[in-house]
Amino acid sequence: MPAVAWRQQAGWVVWIAAALVLLLLVLVPLAWLALSSFQDPTTGALTLRNYVSTFSKRIYLEPVLNSFKLAVAVAAIAVLVGTPLAWVVSRTDMPGRRLIRPLVLAAFVTPSFLGANAWIFLAAPNSGWLNRIWLALFGGEHGPFNVFSLPGATFVIALYSIPYTFTLVSGTLELMSSELEDAATTLGSGTWRTTWQVTLPLALPAILSGFLLSFLEALELFGPPAFLLIPARQQVMTTQLYLFFSQFPPQLEVAAAYAMPLLLVTICLLFFQRRILGRRRFVTVTGKGGVRRLTRLGTWRWPALGLALIPPALSVILPYGALLLVSLEHVWGNGPFAPGNLTGYWYRWAILDNATTREAIVHSLEYSAGAATIAVVVATLVAYMVVRRMVPLTSLLGFTAMAPFVVPGIVLAIGFFAAYSHPPILLYGTAGILIAAYSTRFLPIAFSNASGILRGINVDLENAARTLGAGRIHTLLSVTVPLLRTGLLTGWLLVFIPALRELSASVFLFTPRTQVVTTVIFDFSDAGNYEAVSTMGVLMMLITLLIVVVAYRFIGREVTRAR
Amino acid sequence: MIEIVGLRKTYGDTVAVDSIDLEVRDGEVMALLGPSGCGKTTTLQLLAGFLAPDAGEIRVGGRPLSSPHSVVPPERRNMSLIFQSYAVWPHKTVRENVAFGLHVRKLPRQEIRERVLRILDTVRLDLLADRYPDELSGGQQQRVALARALVVEPEILLLDEPLSNLDANLREEMRFEIRRLHDATGITMVYVTHDQGEAMVIADRVAVMNHGRLEQVAPPEEVYERPTTRFVASFIGRTNVLVYEPSRLEVAQAPVSPGKHVVCIRPHEVLLDEPPNGRCNRLAGRVVRTAYLGETRDFEVELDSGERLRILAPPSTRRTLGEQVEVFLPVQSCRVVSE
Repeated sequence: MPAVAWRQQAGWVVWIAAALVLLLLVLVPLAWLALSSFQDPTTGALTLRNYVSTFSKRIYLEPVLNSFKLAVAVAAIAVLVGTPLAWVVSRTDMPGRRLIRPLVLAAFVTPSFLGANAWIFLAAPNSGWLNRIWLALFGGEHGPFNVFSLPGATFVIALYSIPYTFTLVSGTLELMSSELEDAATTLGSGTWRTTWQVTLPLALPAILSGFLLSFLEALELFGPPAFLLIPARQQVMTTQLYLFFSQFPPQLEVAAAYAMPLLLVTICLLFFQRRILGRRRFVTVTGKGGVRRLTRLGTWRWPALGLALIPPALSVILPYGALLLVSLEHVWGNGPFAPGNLTGYWYRWAILDNATTREAIVHSLEYSAGAATIAVVVATLVAYMVVRRMVPLTSLLGFTAMAPFVVPGIVLAIGFFAAYSHPPILLYGTAGILIAAYSTRFLPIAFSNASGILRGINVDLENAARTLGAGRIHTLLSVTVPLLRTGLLTGWLLVFIPALRELSASVFLFTPRTQVVTTVIFDFSDAGNYEAVSTMGVLMMLITLLIVVVAYRFIGREVTRAR
Repeated sequence: MIEIVGLRKTYGDTVAVDSIDLEVRDGEVMALLGPSGCGKTTTLQLLAGFLAPDAGEIRVGGRPLSSPHSVVPPERRNMSLIFQSYAVWPHKTVRENVAFGLHVRKLPRQEIRERVLRILDTVRLDLLADRYPDELSGGQQQRVALARALVVEPEILLLDEPLSNLDANLREEMRFEIRRLHDATGITMVYVTHDQGEAMVIADRVAVMNHGRLEQVAPPEEVYERPTTRFVASFIGRTNVLVYEPSRLEVAQAPVSPGKHVVCIRPHEVLLDEPPNGRCNRLAGRVVRTAYLGETRDFEVELDSGERLRILAPPSTRRTLGEQVEVFLPVQSCRVVSE
C-alpha cells in the first residue's frame, strides 16, 4: 500500500520539522551566543580574552553593580507596596477595593518603557510638569525631581513591578481560609498579631516569589534604563550591552561574554523561585474548606483607600494622562493652553503622512502575527509530542521549548545576531530575524498554554479516531485541533500581544527597512521628539486593546456556538 | 482468530501483563474479567496497538500485529475500540461522529449516508442523528460510540469497561443491547470489565485475570461452578475457604496437580440441617453472628478449628447467637482449588 506508506512518512516529516524548527529557534542561537563569547573577534580562535577584557575594567564593572542596586531596590519597593496593597484589596472592607484591581491590571499591561517616557514628561529635571508645578508653588531654581537618574529609573521600574507581587499575594490571600486566622484569634491573638504571625507567613512564598520576579525583571529590563539611564550616562548591564552592540563595528563577542553572567543569574534565580513555590509545607493554602471574612478597618477605611490609590495613580492615571496630552499637543513645550496647540496633528502624521511610522505599524502587526502563528504551531506540535509521549526523551523537547523563559530579550537578540547574521542562514536585515526572535522569546508562553489544554483533552477522544483508521496527523487535524480551537486562539493572542510591544530584542535586530512601532518609539525618544513618542505609544495601546476586544468577542461566540 | 502468545508488558518494576496466552475464536465474545490493576486494560491497549509489548506476540488470522520489534499502528488493525469515557467527539454531531471512520476510508458519499443511517437505526438513534453529544443522555452517547465503532465493519470490537459510567438500570439494559448487537453482527469481541455480572451476561467465555496473569479461561457457568483457583472462586460470587485436609474433608474431586490447595464452598451450599440424601462432611462450630436478610438468613459460624464459615440459609432457619451447631457440607459442593 504505497499510499498509506506515503501518508505515514508525511506524518513523520511534520514531527521532525517541528523538532527542527525548535532547534533553530532555541538551541542554535544559544549555542552561538556561548561560542561567540569565547571567540577572538578577528581570528575566530577560542580565547578567554572577551571575559577578561570586560570583567577587569572598572567602567564595565560599574554597570553590573548598578544593575544589582537597581534590581534590589525595585524588588524591595515592589514587595513593600504590593503586599499591603494586595492585603487591603483582598482581605479588608476598604471602600472602592474593586476599583484597585483593574487599575493594577492596567499597570500590568502597560509596557514599562511607555511608562518611562510618560515619566519624562512628568519629572524631567526642568521641563517636567511636576517640577514646574513645584517651582510655581515653592519657587527656587531647580525642581526636586529628576527621572534621568538611577533613583528615577528605580522608581519608574518599581511602579510597573508592583503588579507581580500584588497578583501573587492577593491570589494566595484569596485562597486562604479565614479558619486559619480564626484559629489564632480564638487563642487570644489580636487582629494585628494574627496578621503578622499567621497571614503574612502563609503568604511568604508568594511574597518571595514576587520579590524574585521583580528583581529579575529589573535586571533584564532594557526599555526604561535605555530611556532614562543612557541620557544620564549611568549604565546598567542591559544598556552597556546595547552600547557594545551599537558601536561600529559591533563588539559582538564582548557583548556575548558580558551577557553570560546575566543569563546565569536569571537561570539560578528562576530555579530558586520554582523551589520556593514547590515546597510542600506551603500547600496548606488550598482552595478548599473555608470562608473568608474581611478584616474591618474602622476609621482607617478611607485613609487606606487614599494610600491604595497612590500606586495606580502614579503608574496608570498620571502617565496615561501625560501621554494623551502630549500626543494631542502640537508642541508639548508650549503647554495645552497655548492657542491652537491642542490638535490631532500627530495622529494624522503617524498614520497617514509619515512613511516610517505607517510602515512600522504595518510591520509590527505582520511580524507579531507571523511570530504568534509560528510559535503556536511549533509549540502545539511539540506539546503534543511531550504530552502524548510520542518519542523517547520528549521531556527534553519540552525543556527546550521552555528554555527561552530564562533568557533576557537582549541576550536572546545577541544570540540571534551571532547565529543568523552570516551564512548558512542569513536572516539579519530581513523581517525573518525579528519574527524568529519574537517566536522564540514567547515560545514558552505558547508551549505552556498548549500543553495545559492538551492535558485537559481525554486521550480517548484521539484514540477513538485512530482505531477508526485515522493516522496521527489526520487525528490531530480533525479531532484535536477543533477541540483546542479557542485555547489555541488564546495562545496566539498571548504571543501576539507581547510581540507587538517587544522592544529589547527588536532594538538589536531591526534595520531601517524593518522598523517596528517599538523601535520607532525608541528612535523618536532618542531624538527628543516626544510628541511622536506619545502618539505611537497611544496608538500601540489602542491597537492592542482593539485586537483583544475583537478576539474575545470571537472567542465568546465560539464558546457559545460549541456549547 | 486472535492468538496471544506469551504477552508481557512492564512499567518500570511493575509487571502489568505477565506472560499471557489466550485464544479468541472468530465470532466469540471473550470477557477479560478482574479487579482494577489486574492488567486487563493493558491487555486491551496492547490488542488495540496503543502499547508495544515487552515480550510475546499478538496475531490475528495468522497475521502478526504486535511483537516487541514491530507494532502495526491502531489505524491499520481494523479493530474498533469502545472507550470507558465513550470518547464521542463533542464538536461533531451524532451523524458526523458515526461517519468519521467511513470518511477516513474514502467511501462514496452515497454509501456513507446509507451505512450511517442503517447503523443508527440498529442502535435506535436514527431520530437523533443531528444532535450534538451534549444533548444526549449517557446511554445514548454509549450507543453513538457503538454505532461509530461498528459502522466501519471491523474484524474485531474491543470494549473497555463500556458500561461503568452508566447508572445501574441503564447498565443492565445495555448488557443485553451489546449482546443483541453481537448476535446481529457476529463480530468477534474482547470485553474488559470488573463486573462479573456483565461478563456473565455478555461473554461466551470469561478470562479471569489477577496480578497480570490469567487465572482461568472458561464459559461463565464453568467459571462459577468449577473454579480452578481460590482467586476465581472468591472473585466470581462469594465463597468460603477451608484448609484442605483429606482426613477431615471429603471432596468432589481430589486434586491432581501438585502445590497448595484449599477447599471452597459457596455460602448457600452450606447447610445447617442435615439433608435427606447425599453425602456430607459434618463439622461442629458455634454461631457468632446472625442477620435476617428477608429472602435468606445470614449466619457466621466459627468452627472448632477456628475457621469461619458464612452460611446463607432459608429464612425459616432458627439458630441463636452462641449456640453450638453442626454444619453440613455436601461433598459435591466441596471444590478443591489451588491456593
